[in-house]
Amino acid sequence: MTQQNIATPEHIEYVLRMGDNALILGQRLSEWCGHAPVLEEDMALANTALDLIGQARLLLTHAGKLEGQGRDEDQLAFLRVERDYRNVTLTELPNEDFGRTVVRNFLFAAFQVLLYQRLATSSDAELAAIAAKSLKEARYHLSHAGEWVIRLGDGTELSHARAQAALDYLWPYTAEFFAANPADDAVAAAGIGPAWASLEPEWEALVVPVLNEATLTVPARTPFRTYGKFGRHSEHMGHLLATMQYMQRTYPGAQW
Amino acid sequence: MERKEWPLWEVFVRSKNGLDHKHCGSVHAPDARLALQVARDVYTRRQEGVSIWVVRASDIVASDPDAKPELFDPAEDKIYRHPTFYTLPDEVNHM
Amino acid sequence: MYTQALDIPQPKGEPKGPRVVENADYQAEFDAKIDAGGFIEAKDWMPEAYRKTLVRQISQHAHSEIVGMLPEGNWITRAPSLKRKAILLAKVQDEGGHGLYLYAAAETLGVSRDELYEALLDGRAKYSSIFNYPTLTWADIGVIGWLVDGAAIMNQIPLCKCSYGPYSRAMVRICKEESFHQRQGYDLLLQMMKGTPEQREMVQDAVNRWWWPSIMMFGPHDKDSQHSETSMRWGIKRISNDDLRQKFVDATVKQAEVLGITLPDPDLKWNEARGHYDFGAIDWEEFWSTVNGHGQCNVDRIAARRKAWEEGAWVREAALEHARKQAAREKVAA
Ligand SMILES: [Fe+2]
Ligand SMILES: [Fe+2]
Repeated sequence: MTQQNIATPEHIEYVLRMGDNALILGQRLSEWCGHAPVLEEDMALANTALDLIGQARLLLTHAGKLEGQGRDEDQLAFLRVERDYRNVTLTELPNEDFGRTVVRNFLFAAFQVLLYQRLATSSDAELAAIAAKSLKEARYHLSHAGEWVIRLGDGTELSHARAQAALDYLWPYTAEFFAANPADDAVAAAGIGPAWASLEPEWEALVVPVLNEATLTVPARTPFRTYGKFGRHSEHMGHLLATMQYMQRTYPGAQW
Repeated sequence: MERKEWPLWEVFVRSKNGLDHKHCGSVHAPDARLALQVARDVYTRRQEGVSIWVVRASDIVASDPDAKPELFDPAEDKIYRHPTFYTLPDEVNHM
Repeated sequence: MYTQALDIPQPKGEPKGPRVVENADYQAEFDAKIDAGGFIEAKDWMPEAYRKTLVRQISQHAHSEIVGMLPEGNWITRAPSLKRKAILLAKVQDEGGHGLYLYAAAETLGVSRDELYEALLDGRAKYSSIFNYPTLTWADIGVIGWLVDGAAIMNQIPLCKCSYGPYSRAMVRICKEESFHQRQGYDLLLQMMKGTPEQREMVQDAVNRWWWPSIMMFGPHDKDSQHSETSMRWGIKRISNDDLRQKFVDATVKQAEVLGITLPDPDLKWNEARGHYDFGAIDWEEFWSTVNGHGQCNVDRIAARRKAWEEGAWVREAALEHARKQAAREKVAA
């Protein structure tokens, strides 16, 4: 198949966006390794991070092929400038505490589950295959993070307060998932994948019941907007990249 | 105050269908649902399992090691329960 | 690994477990089992000294695994490729798993994980001093896998047959996972040695820094070792420190050659008469000073562990509180 010749810039960008989401959140979660509240959860967080890094590798490799300029997963992961990363801002925010970490994992995994489900019928067969594999992982992340959201929300007074604070902080960032994006319309029209904006009602239907069970108050939508998926990131992104790209930038061209 | 440590759970994993669940270790978890999840995260990272049981360690009833003689020694002389006890003619000895 | 500290004087206040009444009949039965190469299980009678030694050895081993996550964890976010990042994360995660298996084995002896853990955080318990050295470059990750995990494997394989059932089963599981650790480290170094002069220098520098600490991992010389003899008789140590160290050196020389690096010991040479490699004198002063808290990272390692533990307290409590609430709700519903 000669996909490289037929891939549109929107198609490439769509796959990159997914790959970057997995990459950047995987990078953040890997920071937990060795520092979690309890050994069992250290193992669980590392598993989630490993799944995401695995997804990033597949998606970035695929994006590189679609692009057809010979860039592999590592060139895409480590050698782009900040503006070219297309992850949503939510994924690059610092972990802060375990509360913010699991609330983010929960909100993000719910989005991934819906997206991966819809990609089962993608006209991009490779993308459909990656999505099918990744869907299983995302479902587990959603379940595990959801269990934690419930325990923290409906735990002690302190944990409730911290979970609510995490939700209040993160919720506005989730608007970015669903922000209108002209590129998505082209991708949807080509049958490659859903416009992310179309997933919002299902996403809310997935997350709100769990948040209710956790006795958390779902924040109202505000005018707050972020633009990571368009390449305009937060102040945190540069620091994340400085760390992540350190080796590749210091030793240009070296093989590892 | 109250106990701060998460209870201990024993983990049993079926490595593939057709085999028994086998004890493979323990985890600490606050409740059964998380115990199952962390057992999955700890003990099946290398495709070791297709099914997991977790049992609260404090719910396991074990035989008394001091009672080993009365529990298990009486089986010792019942050698007639074993097929090797019977010597049959060579022609039919695969029975 | 990590059982080196077995030979180090220990703090008092070991907790009490079941079935420790000293009794001549029990003792005879226990000795017979040990002499026949059999296993002791958790609920079997055992001499108090055996139990104490095991608690100390297993918990020190567990502490080493989880403190050992820190130096390598230092490089996960900076791994130079996605493949290496995944491998390193999986590897460090494995070490957490090893800690978990081992704490569970120690718990069968009537101590709780939290008690053991608190002894580590208070500085009462020891862990392998190798983890008090800093990881300065990416090559350190390869060298740790190759030498540190390599030494650990050498130490751990005999423990798969140790006389205490839960410990030996944990070690079987751990050893299965360890072989990946050493191989990934060596593979990482091979790749670097095929690279630029800068990469090769990085590897040599890392080997220079880690070689001596690695061979110190086997602990003091047999003649200076406090507990070895009893531990040997009990089958919780099977091969002496010096024998293991020799085995390790013998195995490593060839691997260093294939890699194309020089081990930093001018006295290292084949001794035809002994059928082994001779090697130079170990700087025991450095060893003891690191064991006794004066290594570069001792303070930071424990501080990192303590921070994670203290900052996680609210999470652990929340989960317990939720379980209590759920149980109460189920009771009302019933
Ligand atoms: Fe280990
Ligand atoms: Fe290891």
